[in-house]
Amino acid sequence: MSAPAVHSLWTTTAADSIGTIPSPHIEYGQISPVLIVAGAAMVGVLFEAFVPRKARYYAQVILAVLGLAAAFAAVVALAADGYGSASKAHIAAEGAVAVDGPALFLQGTILLTAVVAIFTFAERRLDPAAGSHRVDSFAAQGAAMPGSDAEKAAVRAGFTTTEVFPLSLFAVAGMLVFPAANDLLTLFVALEVLSLPLYLLCALARRKRLISQEAAVKYFLLGAFSSAFLLFGVALLYGYSGSVTYARIAEVVDGTVQNVDPALAGTMGNDALLLIGAALVIMGLLFKVGAVPFHMWTPDVYQGAPTPVTGFMAAATKVAAFGALLRLLYVVLPGLTWDWRPVMWGVAIITMIGGAIVAITQTDIKRLLAYSSIAHAGFILAGVIAASPNGISSVLFYLAAYSFVTVGAFAVVTLVRDAGGEATHLSKWAGLGRRSPLVAAVFAVFLLAFAGIPLTSGFAGKFAVFKAAAAGGAVPLVIIGVISSAIAAFFYIRVIVLMFFSEPRPDGPTVAVPSPLTMVTIGVGVAVVLVFGIAPQYFLDLAGQAGTFAR
Amino acid sequence: MDNLIALLIAAPLLGAAVLLCGGRALDRVGPLVGTVLSGASFVIGAVLFADMLGKGAGDRTMTQHLFAWVPVAGFKADVGFQLDQLSMTFVLLISGVGTLIHIYSIGYMAHDERRRRFFGYLNLFVAAMLLLVLASNYLLLYMGWEGVGLASYLLIGFWQHKPSAATAAKKAFLVNRVGDMGLSIAIMLMFTTFGTFSFGGVFGAAHGATEGKLTAISLMLLLAACGKSAQVPLQSWLGDAMEGPTPVSALIHAATMVTAGVYLITRSADLFNGAPTAQLAVVVVGGVTLLFGAIVGCAKDDIKKSLAGSTMSQIGYMILAAGLGPIGYVFAIMHLVTHGFFKAGLFLGAGSVMHGMNDEVDMRKYGGLRKYMPVTFVTFGLGYLAIIGFPGLSGFFSKDKIVEAAFAKGGTEGWILGAVTLLGAAITAYYMTRMMLMTFFGEERWRNTATASPDAPDVEPAAEERGRHAEPHPHESPSVMTIPMIVLAIGSVGAGAFFGVGDRFLRWLEPVTGHSEGNSPVSAGVVTAATLVLLVVGAGIAYLQYGRRPVPARAPRGSLLTRAARRDLLQDDFNHVVLVRGGEHLTRSLVYVDHTVVDGVVNGTAASFGGLSGRLRKLQNGYARSYALSMFGGTAVIVAATLLMRAV
Repeated sequence: MSAPAVHSLWTTTAADSIGTIPSPHIEYGQISPVLIVAGAAMVGVLFEAFVPRKARYYAQVILAVLGLAAAFAAVVALAADGYGSASKAHIAAEGAVAVDGPALFLQGTILLTAVVAIFTFAERRLDPAAGSHRVDSFAAQGAAMPGSDAEKAAVRAGFTTTEVFPLSLFAVAGMLVFPAANDLLTLFVALEVLSLPLYLLCALARRKRLISQEAAVKYFLLGAFSSAFLLFGVALLYGYSGSVTYARIAEVVDGTVQNVDPALAGTMGNDALLLIGAALVIMGLLFKVGAVPFHMWTPDVYQGAPTPVTGFMAAATKVAAFGALLRLLYVVLPGLTWDWRPVMWGVAIITMIGGAIVAITQTDIKRLLAYSSIAHAGFILAGVIAASPNGISSVLFYLAAYSFVTVGAFAVVTLVRDAGGEATHLSKWAGLGRRSPLVAAVFAVFLLAFAGIPLTSGFAGKFAVFKAAAAGGAVPLVIIGVISSAIAAFFYIRVIVLMFFSEPRPDGPTVAVPSPLTMVTIGVGVAVVLVFGIAPQYFLDLAGQAGTFAR
Repeated sequence: MDNLIALLIAAPLLGAAVLLCGGRALDRVGPLVGTVLSGASFVIGAVLFADMLGKGAGDRTMTQHLFAWVPVAGFKADVGFQLDQLSMTFVLLISGVGTLIHIYSIGYMAHDERRRRFFGYLNLFVAAMLLLVLASNYLLLYMGWEGVGLASYLLIGFWQHKPSAATAAKKAFLVNRVGDMGLSIAIMLMFTTFGTFSFGGVFGAAHGATEGKLTAISLMLLLAACGKSAQVPLQSWLGDAMEGPTPVSALIHAATMVTAGVYLITRSADLFNGAPTAQLAVVVVGGVTLLFGAIVGCAKDDIKKSLAGSTMSQIGYMILAAGLGPIGYVFAIMHLVTHGFFKAGLFLGAGSVMHGMNDEVDMRKYGGLRKYMPVTFVTFGLGYLAIIGFPGLSGFFSKDKIVEAAFAKGGTEGWILGAVTLLGAAITAYYMTRMMLMTFFGEERWRNTATASPDAPDVEPAAEERGRHAEPHPHESPSVMTIPMIVLAIGSVGAGAFFGVGDRFLRWLEPVTGHSEGNSPVSAGVVTAATLVLLVVGAGIAYLQYGRRPVPARAPRGSLLTRAARRDLLQDDFNHVVLVRGGEHLTRSLVYVDHTVVDGVVNGTAASFGGLSGRLRKLQNGYARSYALSMFGGTAVIVAATLLMRAV
């Protein structure tokens, strides 16, 4: 439904017959990826209710993978149908979602990332078996208090929380809508749909449950806080333009729509509302991407959450949120480019520098990767600021390259274990290269990709965003980006030095042998590093073709 | 016929490849293969020469384009060859003398286990040297230039088990680096000035270039020539290069490679002609080296090092002649060719003497050898007469022309140069006579030398050393060694007259180098007479010192100049004090700067980032309320900034 239609729906008098309401026209085929994933999630809920406990794990994993694969197939089919190209891209579902190049590209990325992340969710060989039951990284029973008798009983009984699969599917459904959302309300709903399951997932670690629950609470509180800002921003923008659809707001900003809605005569066209509203909505999205100063939740949550969830969050959420940010800035606010660019410059600079500098003194591998992800958010912001088609495609490429590597890196973290579960303190990683050269080498490859060493995906991605930013006139930003890359290289390479050039500790961790599931996840990460690093042109072209938003 | 040019290089190059890659299977036939392929090159050269003689003087230049080497836009270099009279002269000299020395080496190196490799290197040298003189552009010339440098390095250090040989090879290589740097800079300057490297392009455009540019290029070329031809100030490596086997000294460090500098200057005549300052530098270098080498040659007791000094001095003559411009180019090359004959002959003679004397090189331990080595004595004697300029022999014609040309330069400069060349001729007569007398005449000082080494009586000599100090039994070398010496002796005797009478060589080379007669203030007859008088004086003094009186078996202390000359006129000491010490000081100060300033900045930066990181980290205190405050503050700033942007 278009905004004026919504408006008239609410303001029509009771005299109008209910029968005259036109039924909304929904292009089910074009939004099928979202429908498939959401449907699979609901079937998963039913599985929880009806499938016997023993069979649930297999049923859920198969359902989740099939659902994601089918959704990906739908995305590919849509792209093959030409919806990615500028000529056929359009706004579907009564103006609620866009079906265009960036949306399809990011949805495809999110779905594939989700598949490899689900593999790590399903990993059951790492934690020692409880009795005869193999267990995964998630709490035996989420509702049982940590350390309580109920928990012990649940562990003894070999319970596992198979709800994580439908929960993650719901989150994926929200993520699919997020970058495609074409009105502010859909944006907000998608944000909540993707966030709420993540809050739950964060709390479900099998080991170190207290820190996991603390992370979930912090994430929820701060997420709710930022949602409030975003929602307030939505209200202000509505007050400014009389509409929540992107196209309509953009037209009001441009001045092509002049007629003032009588009900909003006092506020419409007031630039203060526009600017404050836009800033608040942007802030809500910057929170999700983890940009400084809205990043403070990131290290705590990344550290506390079960590591598979951390990988999933770090990769897929970031892709979805940057997609939404891109669409907002390029579709809604192009008329305000000269207002938001300087502010985003500032945010990008402190994000790059802040993430890189604070990472130097981190001693926990998950927190280190968290700060690394903050710095990377800054690099991506540099591409966003380019405000050009090249900027869009460079960001798309960067996100695709970055997400798989991130999931792979966190998957490696799940392998390094001692008696207390994952050994995440950096001192325990000393000399890992002597004990497990293969795992250490793979992790070194990921770190080199994060550092942006040539012939890795990280270099191709950074080169693309910095090139776009420089072409967009942001040369100082690029210089600062390169400097912070240099700072960041220090702590990445320090880990490599630690792994390969330090004596192993006698009480050091062991490396668990994973099932083929995790191996696939790590393998995909390595393959992406190498393919995107050595032969990036095909993917750059793909991102380039997908670089136009539908309006 | 033009397409044969590449074969000139291909034959020895094939030999080098086969011999160096072939492995032990070729150990026995190796020397023969190397010699035959070098000879093949000479035969092809002779065929081309005959073809060239059949053409008119104007169209004797042959070219061959093989392929485009560097086909970059705006930066083009071809692998192409240019065979004109100048190149032809060198081709015959290199392949001819080269083949003779290959033959000689069959005998000289007969007992060396690594002789296959030796012949491989020799072939490599011949190929590289031919490439140097046949290249049709400077970039390809540079490749040959580096190739001969490599071969020289490998052959000087051929007996690498001797530390002195390894050091000498390294020294030659390093000193040549300096000169090679000059050549590469010259080529870069050419490219920026003319946009091409080809001889045709550069020389065609040379008239249009400013004198400053030409001077810069020419001085860099001179630096290159100094390195390769052992001219002051880059002369220090040649004496040590005598550590190589004697055939190497004869071929590379006397007859051919060290004359590459003369070739370079003569080839670049069009550039030097436009740069009088550079030409002045060339004659100064030539004149100084001429005397420098001659003085060193007088003081050395080592027969090869004395000859090395002589080589330096003779090349000084050539460089000086080349620096005179069109009045001297032809004579520089003519002296180069005659010198190639007699100096190669002298070195082979020295090698033959060493062969018969247990590899002894100290002339004070020779004496009276003429009875034991008649062929060596006669061939060496003819070489001796040729080099001092005995009337009718090679050196007489070529050196006399250079002296005349020096006077013909005119003005004060002409007088000085003429005097220097005359003085050089006298000193040449002195040290060559001294060498002749000490080696072949006088008492047989090698008898009763079987005592332990007088230099280091306490040290047990190595087996080789013991052999060396046993009393030698001088004997004539086998005919495989004496025949090349005889052939070279014939060249030493006849080449000068063949070239000089009727200006045959002048007419042959003139189309390439150009020629002009200067107006000498003294007549040719006077010059010749003065040369002969000084020859007699120099030889006479040597006879009084070394012919009339017995030669002491251990060198007397000698005057200050003698002692300095024995130490190569302190060239190594100079290099050590100025370059080595200076370099060490520079390095130390750089290391100091690196440790304190650079490392200080780096470590300081790292420390400051670390400190900043530690402080920023404290903001991350774990309280959700602080995080919320940070978000709120951030939002407030962003909102304010956005509004401020609009207000501005």
